[in-house]
Amino acid sequence: MISDRRLERQAAKRRQARRGQAIAVVSTVVVLGGLATWILTSPGWPEVRETFFSWSVFKSSFPEVLSGFWLDVKIFVAVELAVLVVGLVIALVRISRGPALFPLRLLGVVFVDLFRGIPTVLLVYLIGFGIPALQLTGLPTEPAVLGAIALTLSYSAYVAEVYRSGIRSVHKGQHDAALAVGLTDAQAMRHVILPQAVRRVAQPLLNDFVSLQKDVALISILGPQEAFRIAQIIQGENFNYTPLIAAALLYLAITVPLARVVDRMGGGGAAR
Amino acid sequence: MSTPVLEVRGVTKAFGERRVLAGVDLTVAEHEAVALIGASGSGKSTLLRCIDLLTEIDDGDVLLDGEAITDPAVDPVAVRRRLGLVFQAYNLFPHLTALQNVVLGEMRAHGIARAEAEERGRALLARFGLEGREDDRPDNLSGGQQQRVAIARAFSGRPRALLLDEVTSALDPELVGEVLAAVRDLKAEGMTMVIATHEMSFAREVADEVAFLHDGRIVEQGAPEQVLNSPQRPETQRFLSRLLEAGRI
Repeated sequence: MISDRRLERQAAKRRQARRGQAIAVVSTVVVLGGLATWILTSPGWPEVRETFFSWSVFKSSFPEVLSGFWLDVKIFVAVELAVLVVGLVIALVRISRGPALFPLRLLGVVFVDLFRGIPTVLLVYLIGFGIPALQLTGLPTEPAVLGAIALTLSYSAYVAEVYRSGIRSVHKGQHDAALAVGLTDAQAMRHVILPQAVRRVAQPLLNDFVSLQKDVALISILGPQEAFRIAQIIQGENFNYTPLIAAALLYLAITVPLARVVDRMGGGGAAR
Repeated sequence: MSTPVLEVRGVTKAFGERRVLAGVDLTVAEHEAVALIGASGSGKSTLLRCIDLLTEIDDGDVLLDGEAITDPAVDPVAVRRRLGLVFQAYNLFPHLTALQNVVLGEMRAHGIARAEAEERGRALLARFGLEGREDDRPDNLSGGQQQRVAIARAFSGRPRALLLDEVTSALDPELVGEVLAAVRDLKAEGMTMVIATHEMSFAREVADEVAFLHDGRIVEQGAPEQVLNSPQRPETQRFLSRLLEAGRI
């Protein structure tokens, strides 16, 4: 038996919800409609539509841009895995204690300061053109590989700091308890501190990966035929920017699902 | 007379200017339970941490089975494997299940195979009334259950002595009993223990000796009925009468 008071409350709540929805719909239509009208009635729109959103150019260029995008994906995955490992090593070096490890710690600080402090695009240039210029045997000369190395250095510096903040956020009592059950410092890190730290920083880590995925396009300045590079070439041939839109859509096809994963972790992950 | 399991000799410890332990002497014989009482901040936790080598002492010695474990040449990891410590705030590993909490030290520190460690871990959890909770993570357990897992974890390495740091003071009153029952159970088995506690009735019941820590020293020590019923020192009398006023005895 539901009391009248409760029915009244439910009806009032429903009225409030309906009103909220109505306001949301109206405001969305007004804002988006206004924005669309503003752009579509602009003096340059007919020209922009032809040079940026040409369906025929899109259709003809998309397969080529897509084939270049596979190189982006391969570089992204390879750099991603390297960054996860290198970043962790740097973080562990930086939080290590003991006088014997001082030189390594110093190196860790220099690594982070240097590669986080230099703009990524500059690092791609310096490594992409500088390393081959040394003419040393045994060093890679492949532009895609050099670009991947530059991205790895840059993102490892960021990710090392993310790991480090995660490690430091684990309560000191966990380290005490790990030692109290007889673990060594290294075992405490491996079995108790790191598993908790990684869980806590999963969201910022994924965030960095979204960013890395986009920055793979920077490698184009070294010449490899990846999506952005190919799009630029076709654009130069046709005087039409639509291929760039095609490339942008391909990047979005990866970054948007990644972002949704990040969001979901933010919701449920905190309780873990 | 046989060698005591634990012997604390003239231990001092200061954190910066603040002197927490000012020359503590304490002897714990085999199968004996010593209750460590004293006001908050009197150094009970610090003393237990010093014994387990989680905090480095400034001066004095701690002997385990006659060996000076506070000697800088001694490997602290090997010492901690011979001792068990239960924390006031449980400090369970939140990413591991109850059973994994118990077997981690056995497997990694004592090199026991998983199957055997898990079999023993299950038996230990069952012994402390946690049958069926093996696969629960700590945040799905009540405070009393968590602390019993922590006791099982500390006990799993078959320590020479168990150090209990106010194991009931973070608990809701109705959960205190189940944790004290676990400690009582270990005492019945002859476990050597140092029990820092605010529960005077429990100290009276389970401890062979009560030691009163005040201003970094043990100022009075003896049988529970002697120290708690007819304290000799004015500091002990004041401490006990304050507890009495607060209704804690």
